[in-house]
Amino acid sequence: MVHKPRNSFLTVGVSKYSRSQVIAKRVLYKRKPVSTLAVCPPASAKKVEVKGAKNGGSRSVALNKAPRFYEAEDVAKPLKHRKHARTATLRSTITPGTVLILLAGRYRGKRVVFLKQLESGLLLVSGPFKINGVPLKRVNQAYVLATSTKVNIDAAKIDAQLNDAFFARTKSAKKAATEEAFFEGQKKKEPLAENKVAVQKATDKLILEAVNKVEYLPQYLASKFSLSKGQAPHALKL
Amino acid sequence: LYAKGRVLGFKRAKRNQRPDISLIQIEGVKTAVDTEFYLGKRVAFVYRAKSEVNGSKIRCIWGRVTRAHGGSGVVKARFRNNLPAKSFGASVRVMMYPSRV
Repeated sequence: MVHKPRNSFLTVGVSKYSRSQVIAKRVLYKRKPVSTLAVCPPASAKKVEVKGAKNGGSRSVALNKAPRFYEAEDVAKPLKHRKHARTATLRSTITPGTVLILLAGRYRGKRVVFLKQLESGLLLVSGPFKINGVPLKRVNQAYVLATSTKVNIDAAKIDAQLNDAFFARTKSAKKAATEEAFFEGQKKKEPLAENKVAVQKATDKLILEAVNKVEYLPQYLASKFSLSKGQAPHALKL
Repeated sequence: LYAKGRVLGFKRAKRNQRPDISLIQIEGVKTAVDTEFYLGKRVAFVYRAKSEVNGSKIRCIWGRVTRAHGGSGVVKARFRNNLPAKSFGASVRVMMYPSRV
């Protein structure tokens, strides 16, 4: 049982409680021994019938067999990995509907609407596509500037199928290394899956409803962010 | 999408220098208080070379802003590979990511 230490040191070598006092602290008289249930230990061997008159009738075969092979060298056992990465905490400045500025990647500089944070910690974001060409996309929080502009969208209405699995790469049918495929040249880009187009349109409809209500917001989302001469990022009021 | 900076030199005392850390002056940053925004930001030293590598003659050394230097806005940065001394006085791009804003 892990608990706070029962004893402490007054000075070096002088403990606060004596041995008998510490034992008394354990309150053994109050503890009840955990009743051991009459559990039969798991069977470690089983009986197998053996044919043949002189073979003794049955044999006991171990269920947990010893390994047939032992490594000549000692195999190093990797240390236990106790640290688990947690999903990133969403910054307080980022809420559903916030306009974000993408800082890197193909769409750098684009202003984009934040929808929700996915289980992996990445942010789900959409242009909307009609306005600035940014599709439903996952983005890392660190590569995004949060502005104070917010679009009034209802987070609950975002399609439930938008999660990390939605963005997983589809495995294209492998045309094994045939000479045909080699000479065919570059494979034509496959058009986007229909359900993805449908989800994009549906989500954007939701966003556009709210965006069109605000004056200049569509134009704002269509424009790109950039620093002009004399503008320093640390002084920007986003 | 980046702030401009200049490479001032290596971290140094009067007669010895430590080339693993470079000093960067970021445009528009005049006090140590202002440098707080840039801590951790990635820095790119972009330069041209004669031979083509990976399809381009432009090369880049990446690094990060580590801490402020002094009280007037200069900043220390550590690069993946140390900057060449040729870079003193050259421009450097201080990106705006990883962003904490």
